[in-house]
Amino acid sequence: MTDAPLLSIKGVSKRFGAVTALDDVSLEVARGEFFALLGPSGCGKTTLMRLVAGFEAPDAGRIEIAGEDMSGAPPHRRPVNLMFQSYALFPHLSVFENIAFGLRRQGKDKPAILARVAELLEIVKLTGVEKRRPDQLSGGQKQRVALARALAPGPRLLLLDEPLGALDRQLREETQFQLKEIQRKLQTSFVVVTHDQDEALAMADRIAVMRAGRIEQIGAPAEIYERPATRFVASFIGQMNFLPGRIEDGLFVGAFGRLPAPPTNLPDGAKAALAVRPERVAPTTDDGLDGIVEDVAFRGEIIHIRVRLASGEILRVSRGADQGARASIGDRMRLAIAADAAQLFTDER
Amino acid sequence: MSARVLRNATLALGFAFLYGPIAILTAMSFNASRLVTVWGGFSTKWYSALVHDERMLQAATISLSAAALSALIATFNGLLAALALARFGAFRGRSLFAGSLYAPLVLPEVVFGLGLLLVFVALDVERGFVTLVLAHAAFTMCFATVMIHAALKDCDPTLEEAAADLGATPLRAFILVTLPLIAPSVVSAYLLAFTLSLDDFVIASFTTGPGATTLPMRIYSQVRLGVSPEVNAISTLLLGFVALILTASALLTRGRAKGGGAG
Amino acid sequence: MTDSPPREPRRLTRGEWLVIAAPAAWIALFFLAPFALIVKISLSRPAQARPPYEPVFDLASGVAGLLEKISQLGFDAYRGLAEDTLYLDSYLSSLTTAGIATLVALVAAYPFALAIARAPQKWRPILIGFAVAPFWTSFLIRVYAWIALLKDEGIINHALMSLGVIDAPLPMFATRGAVIVGIVYSYLPFMLLPLYAAIEGQDPSLREAAADLGASPRQVFLRVTLPLSKRGIVAGVLLVFIPAVGEFVIPDLLGGSDTLMIGRSLWNDFFANRDWPAASAAAVALLALLLVPILLYERAQTREGRR
Repeated sequence: MTDAPLLSIKGVSKRFGAVTALDDVSLEVARGEFFALLGPSGCGKTTLMRLVAGFEAPDAGRIEIAGEDMSGAPPHRRPVNLMFQSYALFPHLSVFENIAFGLRRQGKDKPAILARVAELLEIVKLTGVEKRRPDQLSGGQKQRVALARALAPGPRLLLLDEPLGALDRQLREETQFQLKEIQRKLQTSFVVVTHDQDEALAMADRIAVMRAGRIEQIGAPAEIYERPATRFVASFIGQMNFLPGRIEDGLFVGAFGRLPAPPTNLPDGAKAALAVRPERVAPTTDDGLDGIVEDVAFRGEIIHIRVRLASGEILRVSRGADQGARASIGDRMRLAIAADAAQLFTDER
Repeated sequence: MSARVLRNATLALGFAFLYGPIAILTAMSFNASRLVTVWGGFSTKWYSALVHDERMLQAATISLSAAALSALIATFNGLLAALALARFGAFRGRSLFAGSLYAPLVLPEVVFGLGLLLVFVALDVERGFVTLVLAHAAFTMCFATVMIHAALKDCDPTLEEAAADLGATPLRAFILVTLPLIAPSVVSAYLLAFTLSLDDFVIASFTTGPGATTLPMRIYSQVRLGVSPEVNAISTLLLGFVALILTASALLTRGRAKGGGAG
Repeated sequence: MTDSPPREPRRLTRGEWLVIAAPAAWIALFFLAPFALIVKISLSRPAQARPPYEPVFDLASGVAGLLEKISQLGFDAYRGLAEDTLYLDSYLSSLTTAGIATLVALVAAYPFALAIARAPQKWRPILIGFAVAPFWTSFLIRVYAWIALLKDEGIINHALMSLGVIDAPLPMFATRGAVIVGIVYSYLPFMLLPLYAAIEGQDPSLREAAADLGASPRQVFLRVTLPLSKRGIVAGVLLVFIPAVGEFVIPDLLGGSDTLMIGRSLWNDFFANRDWPAASAAAVALLALLLVPILLYERAQTREGRR
């Protein structure tokens, strides 16, 4: 029983009228895991989360929480809590009453509620604001109250809908670490819905990348970054160069010239795109592709360079700021792409 | 600069048109003279005359109690109807429901009054206070619904979802979260249904019986005989009463706009 | 929250039925049944009885009796309407009086609504509130207030005569003009509110853009403000015209005995002549007259609701 996943989604589909929001989605979240649903807006990640919380019912498939089938269970009977993107703090209740709301529904007695609210305010590092109303709080404070409120009933699974979306940049980074720390301390499973790949990569143990109602890939952040399963994942996560061409005798041939082909089971003559991360494109003095530096952008520890190849294609190259001489616009540059630095994708999938 | 002068002149003219006749009526009620064109000095004698007008007082009692009761029914029904419209999404029969709900807003009062009367006759109900209350509750319900519906639309549905997520049943979520947030509008809706009932003449004429003559009906039968200071006085009282209710309602809704900003 | 996609109509759940049952029954009893009854009575004949029409449907008489009674229904009341020139005149007069009054109300309300919409932002809610407030006060009293103004010995005539503008009182009271003034006065809030909403909701940068592109203030108004407030004009016109056609109190108090309007004919048929079938037929005729404007209004409303 302990080996059963905490959340198990099996073949779930959901349609709204003519729109297919989810198409045969399956995934599992383990106990104590920090899981992220990542994808562009409209990919179905929010719908999936609402299905788990019980606000929508799936058209097909089933959702199990701790081995228990959730079909037909209304939101108030699920051992799941949700932190809303808008926070959805009750404007007519104080911070204390907001956090105590779920505890009161559980029928906890007064001392227990007092203790639990105090404990949660401690956890989210927010004390002394118990009596305030939500409209008297800053954005960051509201976010913490929402988190405390969702954690208060002690859910087995916490869903977080774009938890950092409403925060400004600096606060977001700080809060990322706090969220992770709280999750580690409580050993509650977290499922974060986000469109921000940096957020997902920084926080999650595992990520499911979604697109148009389907899951494209599930894996650890490094795995998804280094071995994207589909061209969509490759382009959605991080920066990626794509060079069109075809396979010929173990080489990848295109307008740009020829490169050693990465390992592949595509047949000879097959059309494909060669995908390579900017940091894996290396300047060289040996064999390589010739181009001219078109733009140089300085980003602190990293320099981004845009190089136009003789064939007209653009390659993005990034280098550590301390790596060798500075390039400037108009410079000639020769670039090498090692076979093990790149990956091949056929045009679709 | 001239645009501002023009704008203020238009505003002055508009408000003079809207409030001039009412102001004159009010002034006349304090006129000692019976003639509208002669100022016979300030007097409250027409008001003291009212106190001794048994029939007027009885009509006022009937109107006030009918308004209080019918507004209660209208607000309750309106709250449920608004809830269905705002929260149930696209359900079967929605357009019929909404269409007939809002019909009284555009229906001529004579038609609505006649139709209600025919229902009471068909049900063989003796016409009187009860039919009056029911008719007014029917007629004011759509106004209450419009008002509460607007408040519900402003009230973020994710708050109800949050309550459900934290373990509240739908009924508890409504009572603990939604109702407190829309309460000012519900009270406003009650007050406005109350004034509409208090003011109504046409529908009351069709649906009430001999034992339950309303204040507007009493006023009407006197008005047909011409302008009289007594009518001016009772009209002024009625206007003042409604103005009071409107002010209360406006203050309530304003409080909501300020307090509910974060929602 | 992403906005929810359009959905097909669905069945109500049991809990939802609990909520909707009371208002739905209420609507069926007091909004839908009246329509059916009005149509039914309009097909009946007047009678010296209680209720004063026949046939009276009686479920106790069984199916055969019911069928027989249905066969007694007829179009006598409508024939009466069509043959009576008084009725035809009152239809026509209702439409023209309401039409003229609606136009006057539009012309009067537009500058007023514009002035409110252009007032400083913090004043706008107060101004529109005060402009609409009279709607909530007694209709009867507001119409009554005009009697003192319009009568031969009323305030306006008195003022004009003492200023020496006229020698004899202008006949204003008990005319169609008085009815029009009464309608404009009573229904002005209905015109004002949609106009104000349509003008106030416009992005002020649209006018600035037009001015920046070389439009004079007059052109800005004619090419930008006015066309963009079309929705409000349509709503206001319908909201004034529809109730005005069926108006009873205003023609009864401010109009003369020759100011016929259909609401008044209906009233007289019902209260004075006790001819319920004729009154019901008049109600059906009134609804028929208003069907097109009411449908137009409903359509405009649903479109508004969908936006």
